[in-house]
Amino acid sequence: MEYVPTPSQTVGPYLRIGLTEKRSVKCLAGPEAKGERVWLKCRVLDGDGAPVNDAMVEIWQADSEGKYNHPDDRQAKTPDSACLGFGRMGTGEDGSCEFETVKPGRVPGPGNRLQAPHLNVGVYARGILLQLYTRIYFDGEPANEEDPILISVPAERRETLLAHRDADRAGGWRFDIHLCGEQETVFFDV
Amino acid sequence: MGQVTNEGSIVTPYRRYPPGSQPSRVYEPYRSTVRRNPAKPLIFLPHTLSEVTGPVYGHDAMSETDNDLTRQHAGEPQGERIIVTGRVLDDNGRPVPNTLIEIWQANAAGRYLHQRDQHPAPLDPNFSGAGRTLTDGNGNYRFVTIKPGPYPWFNHYNAWRPAHIHFSVFGRAFLTRLITQMYFPGDPLFAYDPIYQSVPDEKARQRMISKFDLETTQPQWALGFRFDIVLRGPEATPFEA
Repeated sequence: MEYVPTPSQTVGPYLRIGLTEKRSVKCLAGPEAKGERVWLKCRVLDGDGAPVNDAMVEIWQADSEGKYNHPDDRQAKTPDSACLGFGRMGTGEDGSCEFETVKPGRVPGPGNRLQAPHLNVGVYARGILLQLYTRIYFDGEPANEEDPILISVPAERRETLLAHRDADRAGGWRFDIHLCGEQETVFFDV
Repeated sequence: MGQVTNEGSIVTPYRRYPPGSQPSRVYEPYRSTVRRNPAKPLIFLPHTLSEVTGPVYGHDAMSETDNDLTRQHAGEPQGERIIVTGRVLDDNGRPVPNTLIEIWQANAAGRYLHQRDQHPAPLDPNFSGAGRTLTDGNGNYRFVTIKPGPYPWFNHYNAWRPAHIHFSVFGRAFLTRLITQMYFPGDPLFAYDPIYQSVPDEKARQRMISKFDLETTQPQWALGFRFDIVLRGPEATPFEA
């Protein structure tokens, strides 16, 4: 038998039936988790700049020491048990959703280079037949300059991968996901 | 093959999707794809620890009726009771054990329990339409539910979705995450449905259709359907390395 991956399909407009309050995960790292606390507000916008109010954003990240809580991360570090590292939220009427987490540490990347702190993001919505993968890096982080993935992105588009500090909230960050259009976010072929 | 050394950690890349096996991102007959997908080319991402690891999620307190959508309320839902079962495998043919599967669907009349669903078909007080389960050690799963009805949508004139159940599967890595729709054999609406037709390859489209299975069918009780799900797998396994 030939094993070819099953095709992906859209989550459709009624995603919320499967993503009830109970099945949403806002907090990726509990209060005991080590590291710098981050309140992240993500907003999803379509090609006309209109908020996408029926999307789901999923995030996967390392703990503050750069260790993924997963058996295939064979770095000699103990994962922070208070850091689940996973979150998912549906967007509201304004296209946004909020997460609470800690800033991840640096994890190894290609060419024996450390990657800059980043969150791995999957976007799902009506009209999206196959999930869109992007990453969130942190504006002002010196390691961004040497991140092997960021460097592979054309310089003029790197800005779309940066979360910015929210001036109104200590520890607050904002990240806009433009599905298409002039400010289109960089999405990755994973 | 393809192992990359990363400062004390080894990453085995996963296979990329074969051409034609996945839907086109922008598929004009499905109108909302046009303004909700990138126009610029995606940027190739070599697989790092960030992609080949993923959450172990949903293992907490699974309740007994989570995988039986006909027993989540006081009474039984209306409609045709069915059993949906199958295996989750990777593209090496290896089972994917202990992974979360979530489903959601319309009721027998083709109505979702959702405020934005305005289809004038009855809601069923005994049917919520959401379930979840974990695969066992061999990748097997099983749900009992009601066959969902087809329903109209506004994509084009006289547009109807073939009956389907939404399936969400985690797998081992963030890049194995799959959300798809399971269809029923012989549905006359396939030819008219741009969501189903968005997958270019005919053989690939058929991988979304469950098979009627007499062995799964329980006498005097429920028809059985099999739906195997294949996720991406690693290029080389630790056993082969």
